[in-house]
Amino acid sequence: MLALLAQLTGDLEGLATIGRGLVIGLAAIGPGIGLGVLIGKSVEAMARQPEYAGQVRATMFIGIGLIEALALFGIAFSFII
Amino acid sequence: MIAAVAAVLAQFHPPTTKDFVWDCWGPSLNLGSLSFCMNFTNFLVLLGFVSFIAFFYFGLRKPSVVPGKMQSLTESGIQFVRENIAIPMLGPDSARFMPLLATLFFAIFFWNIFEVVPGVNFSSNSRIAFPLVMAVVAWVTYNVMGVKKHGFLGYVKHVLVPPGAPAVLYVLLVPIEFITQIIIRPITLSVRLWANFVAGHFLLAVFFLGTIAMLQGGFEAIFAPFSFAMAIVLVGFEIFVSGLQAFIFAILTASYIGGAMAEEH
Repeated sequence: MLALLAQLTGDLEGLATIGRGLVIGLAAIGPGIGLGVLIGKSVEAMARQPEYAGQVRATMFIGIGLIEALALFGIAFSFII
Repeated sequence: MIAAVAAVLAQFHPPTTKDFVWDCWGPSLNLGSLSFCMNFTNFLVLLGFVSFIAFFYFGLRKPSVVPGKMQSLTESGIQFVRENIAIPMLGPDSARFMPLLATLFFAIFFWNIFEVVPGVNFSSNSRIAFPLVMAVVAWVTYNVMGVKKHGFLGYVKHVLVPPGAPAVLYVLLVPIEFITQIIIRPITLSVRLWANFVAGHFLLAVFFLGTIAMLQGGFEAIFAPFSFAMAIVLVGFEIFVSGLQAFIFAILTASYIGGAMAEEH
């Protein structure tokens, strides 16, 4: 597929640029859904149990850190392409 | 000033990864393919270090029972690290690790905040070497504490063999646990911090340079205020990210140490 595209366009540099854009965009989908679920559930938990808001927030930030790394791997790999 | 603006106007180019490479100041020391020299990134590391020292020196120079302005700022920062990072993650062991966690939090924050300092707009943490060194410090700390607590074989068992799984699954579980706990952890710690500041630098550059590029165009100039407003919002966002990344780095280090020192259930 890629070889065919390269033959058609004769431009590997341009394909690499398209690939960089695709990597960033696709890598953002999963973490976006994950962050939405995580933060939404955390807000729900804080609203139900305000006395545990501090603990929920600390755990939420750990989760954000772990999920966010996936999206950032996409950015990191887009530079390598 | 006008000449500098005119130069930017004359040749607009989108930001690339070459913006993160700085030339040497003065002589460099070459060891094989590595070259050591003073450049802008190293200068920013030293500047961040000096502001870190100054923050604690002027805050705690003459400690008094009724704290002054600087002292209450420093103390509330330390109290934040203690109550939100150390105690929830480490419990009774928290006092032993407070020096490490507070140093990581404040050092990363002072290095990060140069991303939004006017005239600098570059964080040393957007070069992978600096986050990597801090991640290696965290990695060595939690492994050494785990080995001290459980003994070497005990720690290997603690890390690699999660209790309560059927014996057949250990063929699958042991490699996964080894990769996630020993190999992936320092990589994610460093890449998270690094990529946040690379992406932040790109965002700021795109919106500020985009404003200038649109102003010099024809009818596109009507979009320039929106780009500029977004750039201002992103400066605020980067301040938030500076604090958040320092917090996440410190809390993940604390959580890894806590996990390595946890008792068997």
